[in-house]
Amino acid sequence: VTAATNTARDRSWLRPAAWRNLLRDYPLIPLTVLLVLLVVVVELARPGTVNAGWASNAVRQAAVLAILAGCQTLTMLTGGIDLSVSYVASMSGFVTATFVHQPGGWVLGVGVALAAAALAGLVNGIGSGVFRVHPLIMTLGMGLIVFGFSNVWQLKSVQTGSGVPTELRTIGSGLTLDWIPNDLLVFVPVAIVLILLLRRTGYGRMLYAIGDNPVAARLSGVRSWQVLVVLYVISAMLAATAGLVQSGLSNTASVTLVSPYLLPSVAAAVIGGTSILGGRGGYSGTIVGALILTVLGGFLSIVLPEPWRQIVFGSIVVLVAAAYTRVTAES
Amino acid sequence: MTTTAASADRRRLVGVYSDIVRTFARNNAWTLGLLAFLAVLLVFTKYVNQNYSLTSLANSATSVLPLALAAVAQAVAVIAGGIDLSVSSQMALTSCVAATLMASNPGDATAVAIVLLVLLLGLLLGAINGALVVLTRVPDIIVTLATYFVWAGFALLVRPAPGGSAAVWLKDLVVGSLGIAVLPKAAIVLVIIVGVIWIPLSRSRFGLSLYALGSNRLAAFRSGVPINRTKVLSYMITGLMAAFAGLSLTASTGIGSPVPEPTYVLISIGAVVLGGVSLAGGIGGVFGPIVAVIVLQLIRDDMTFMRVDSNYGLVAQGFILIGVLMVGSFLQMRRSRR
Repeated sequence: VTAATNTARDRSWLRPAAWRNLLRDYPLIPLTVLLVLLVVVVELARPGTVNAGWASNAVRQAAVLAILAGCQTLTMLTGGIDLSVSYVASMSGFVTATFVHQPGGWVLGVGVALAAAALAGLVNGIGSGVFRVHPLIMTLGMGLIVFGFSNVWQLKSVQTGSGVPTELRTIGSGLTLDWIPNDLLVFVPVAIVLILLLRRTGYGRMLYAIGDNPVAARLSGVRSWQVLVVLYVISAMLAATAGLVQSGLSNTASVTLVSPYLLPSVAAAVIGGTSILGGRGGYSGTIVGALILTVLGGFLSIVLPEPWRQIVFGSIVVLVAAAYTRVTAES
Repeated sequence: MTTTAASADRRRLVGVYSDIVRTFARNNAWTLGLLAFLAVLLVFTKYVNQNYSLTSLANSATSVLPLALAAVAQAVAVIAGGIDLSVSSQMALTSCVAATLMASNPGDATAVAIVLLVLLLGLLLGAINGALVVLTRVPDIIVTLATYFVWAGFALLVRPAPGGSAAVWLKDLVVGSLGIAVLPKAAIVLVIIVGVIWIPLSRSRFGLSLYALGSNRLAAFRSGVPINRTKVLSYMITGLMAAFAGLSLTASTGIGSPVPEPTYVLISIGAVVLGGVSLAGGIGGVFGPIVAVIVLQLIRDDMTFMRVDSNYGLVAQGFILIGVLMVGSFLQMRRSRR
């Protein structure tokens, strides 16, 4: 009997269900495998591409996307989404740049940008938390408002001129020891705080609870509206931070700088295993998702013309999301 | 005796009518409120611009038509419990295909064939969206987010740069007015498209399935609604409406532009919600969203008349969107609590 059980146990990993459970419980494993495969494909397609410089460049770009995808991860956990991140991020980089030649300098600019972002996040939070407007439409409207105000600010600040402060450029695009991107200085603390927030704090638990079952969360004494107001303020501050890093990285400041990152930020969180329906996911997967999208985007921009790049990008997002849904489906 | 009986009859009849009116008012409270808002806005517009008249309103119809059709497209998807983020790139693709084919094959008769072909293309794009949603079981918002890129990529393949041309009759169809100046052709086109396609569909068995699917998927399934087929069909209608929107873009601008206008998706979703369609699905129609598009356009026009920086128009649109929704959902919360 023991021998029979042993053989059964030995072969248990052969069963598809075992694999499915593994993938469901540890999404980081298949994601990392996918990332490694992608890197191998890049190297095979263009031998000599993959080296320390390539890797540091990829990480440097992925950091911005990962911070923005952090906004989506947090809000998606509660069943929401934040579509104002790209506008808030662009606004933050731009406002900071306009303060460079002013008394107070870029430090004041960062302060103003963060304050404006916090205000936008507060309105988002009050709208979706207190008034129960759907977050999709709430943050969309807020995005339009922020974009409009950014444009107005742009016209007002034409005379004073603008420029990305040196300090931001150092953080955004600088390298330490030739290949360690400086923006990790921003990204690593953000990542640690977010992961700990989600895994170790009561606040993190409440985010999962609200997304999983809002009624059960309310009956358990969670004050959803307070949680959501804080959440959207955090999200907006993260977005503003990403905008500062991106303006330093690209050494430009414009009101549409971060717009191309909006949809990829949602895609990164989804590929990273966070459910858009709420209650399931985490930030570590999102980081790998952002890396995958960055490597993929960079690779496609080398080997394919722009139209095909978009087509392949979209197809891969659907494929990965479909594979995920298939694997994690409750069955 | 007879007089009292007759007056009782009349009273009963009046009661029936007032019941009908009351039910109608209750069922369409949001749209009626929106119409009242539109009326106030029109009075305000007349106040800020003395020269404003019905003719000016008619003149803006041509530029509003693509957005109104996009809102109708979005409304169908949302009513069925989905959402279509790819509407603007479907518009770009269909518009590019139409403009390119019409430039290389001039002639009125071929243009008719091209229009039909483009409409079929819209149905196909929608069918692919719907099939992906059904087959992969990935949330609609993610699938259409991905296909947004795919359609935009194909649009760039068809037309690397804006260009092409539109048949003369197609331009004539949407530009200008019919007879008296207050009846813009664009509005007639919109009424015909909605009247011929949406109204019969929504009154049919399929329309019932559509609303059932949107309001409660499980209940719809258990009542025997073919939920997968309904879902795919809903996206096909969305695709068809997006193709109409793309054609109207080509007709009003005379060219096809491969880059999807990013604000189209935002404004279409905003207009749908402002028009009384619930994002949760199953509630609303297409009339409200069309009124909402007109309201949003009028706000921007007012900003121009008041010589305000046009960017404040964007800000105002956002605030109106948010403000109206906050008030609306606040009222709804109070009603449901009672």
